[in-house]
Amino acid sequence: MKTRPIRTAMAAAAAAALALTAACSGGGDDGGKITLSVGLFGDFGFGPLYEEYSKLHPEIEFEERIAEFADHHTNLTTHLATGSGAADIEAVEVGYISQYTAQPDRFHNLLDLGAAELEGQWLDWKWQQALAKDGEALIGLGTDVGGMAMCYRRDLFEQAGLPVERDEVSALWAGSWEDYVAVGRQYSEATGGDYFFESSGNMFRAMVEQADEGVYDRDDNLVVESNPAIGEAWDLTVEAIEAGMSNRLQAWTPEWNAGFNEGTFATIICPAWMTSYIETNAPDSAGLWDIATVPGGAGNMGGSHLVLPAQGDHPEEAYAFIEWLTAPEQQLKVFESTGNFPSTPALYEDEALTGMTKAYFNDAPVGQIFTAAAQAVRPQYQGPLQGDVLATIGQGLGRIEDGSQTPDEAWSQVLGDLESF
Amino acid sequence: MTIAAKRTGPARTADPTGRSSPAGRRFQHLRYRLDLKASPYLYIAPFFALFAAFGLFPLAYTAWVSTHEWSLLSDEHVFVAFGNYQALLSDPYFWNALGNTMSILLLATVPQLLAALLLAHLLTLRLRGQTFWRMGMLLPNVASVVAVAVIFSQLFGRDFGLVNWVLESLGAGRIDWQSGSATSHIAIAVMVAWKWTGYNALIFLAAMQAVPRDVYEAAHLDGASRMQQLFHVTVPMIRPTIVFTVIVSTIYGLQIFAEPQLFGGGGPNGVTGGASRQFQTLTLYLYEHGFNRGFEFGYASAVAWTMFLVIVVVALLNYLFIRRIRSDS
Repeated sequence: MKTRPIRTAMAAAAAAALALTAACSGGGDDGGKITLSVGLFGDFGFGPLYEEYSKLHPEIEFEERIAEFADHHTNLTTHLATGSGAADIEAVEVGYISQYTAQPDRFHNLLDLGAAELEGQWLDWKWQQALAKDGEALIGLGTDVGGMAMCYRRDLFEQAGLPVERDEVSALWAGSWEDYVAVGRQYSEATGGDYFFESSGNMFRAMVEQADEGVYDRDDNLVVESNPAIGEAWDLTVEAIEAGMSNRLQAWTPEWNAGFNEGTFATIICPAWMTSYIETNAPDSAGLWDIATVPGGAGNMGGSHLVLPAQGDHPEEAYAFIEWLTAPEQQLKVFESTGNFPSTPALYEDEALTGMTKAYFNDAPVGQIFTAAAQAVRPQYQGPLQGDVLATIGQGLGRIEDGSQTPDEAWSQVLGDLESF
Repeated sequence: MTIAAKRTGPARTADPTGRSSPAGRRFQHLRYRLDLKASPYLYIAPFFALFAAFGLFPLAYTAWVSTHEWSLLSDEHVFVAFGNYQALLSDPYFWNALGNTMSILLLATVPQLLAALLLAHLLTLRLRGQTFWRMGMLLPNVASVVAVAVIFSQLFGRDFGLVNWVLESLGAGRIDWQSGSATSHIAIAVMVAWKWTGYNALIFLAAMQAVPRDVYEAAHLDGASRMQQLFHVTVPMIRPTIVFTVIVSTIYGLQIFAEPQLFGGGGPNGVTGGASRQFQTLTLYLYEHGFNRGFEFGYASAVAWTMFLVIVVVALLNYLFIRRIRSDS
């Protein structure tokens, strides 16, 4: 009996020691170091910035996990639902952000971590997108925005007898998307049936993004059927398909990648982030691509936020990092290295940004072009399954492209598919 | 009796633990019998324990989940009895997926097993470098299914694919393999066949080598050709092996997932198996519901159980079909 207190004490000590080591290893600390995991889709150009931040804060280390676009968001949803597996910091594309702002308790509220004072730093609509419905919680800070432009092949335009210089090209379709389709007809006739653009889904999406209301109304009701802007966009896209303008490629496939270099299509809708994509996919085509303005006014396509899942153990450290990372200085560096366009208006006056040109695109003044595009964007409300809805409609257009359905059949199947949403 | 008493006598004194007392002896005997009767079960228990934990329990749990409206995104699980199965059977996309799966299964399995049979037959002949040829058979099977699917998807590419390039240089037109039903099924079936033909050939070969030589000698004396020997001697003799390969190929073929998923590319077509669902298999259909926007685990579980039943039925039909081999020949 006498030994019992000693034994108990020893057991307690052992348990405490175990708990202590568990706490250290479980939290990702290693000799006082904290490892922040960052989950991204594709390369965000953060590499050098991790190093820079680690120099400023030697106790912080980074581990980047990159997945494919769709997989990334599916995994994130799974990890949030099961309460484990998410990175400390996760990127969310704008098509998915509403899905997550609908469940703000699964994320650290950035307003409590110090973001409340920074509201004016971002474009207002970018800030709003990451705000929960009741405005009480902010789940993410904006990285880039995807103000749209139109990339085109100078060599192919020249062969078709179309103007080549970007101002003249912009003027060709300055009026509307109808003008763009008219130019497409001209191009097809002149070239004997070459493709004017890569995929009809992208053209459709661009038109929808420019409308005041997209596929959802502000109460998260699907308005695909009732919104006239959607119907018009669909009809014009179908017209372009039937005129044989689409290369019928699917984005992010090897065939699509190859098309940039081979020049199988002459134009592609170019949000800022697309420029770096073209550059890396078609390194041999430098100087052949150029950038004009997009028809139909301004609109945003893509762009991301960085969010902190509530299951992460280091909210303060992670927040401090993303606050630094999304500050104008760092966003400018990202733009320089990748072409992802900043979401912080302070830079739009900055000569360092507006004066930037890109040699690959025939020295196009990308700073100027995308600043103008971003400033002109009228925000559009993004509903919870935005990305999936647009994908479903895109598949409908795909069925017209491959000839398996008539436009009417495709449209009614789209509406049928959307009923299950 | 006396000998026995003498034998146990010294032991009783030598063993102070009393193990040889009547009670101890009974215990020893019991332990011996227990060892004999129970040990084998104990030795195979780990397998069954693991199977129960990772096989049987998930199976039963899936059945339980399938009777609920069970989304990963919500903590509420509403009991709906057979509601999911009802919805499933009335969904035309399910029947479409079932049809696609069957079509791909037929296109992949039948030519594959016939080719395997012929290859195995060739391998029984005297060849130089026998081991080399036999090992070579297995190589495609060692390749990761993802790598196979990625490479073949590129080969079957519309604009820059090797297959179309060959077709074009032969004067035939290009084919948009992905957009058609039949063409996409063929492309996927080729991936499956490429991976499994050699494997099945080796299994057939092993069975063929167990067929007694004198049967062939008798057939030879009767004037049977090589081909006649294959179909009238070899095939009936290796019937159990054929049953095995048919059933295993059926089970695998009905669960094809990675091939169509990667063939569809990274976008939504990888989930629905093409814009018209022209190559969506059952597993892909399950994936679309279970691991896509709604995370409808209840519905996906119902799909899984339905698939299980389909596999049992198809395997059984195949078995009955193959059993006729002997009576026919």
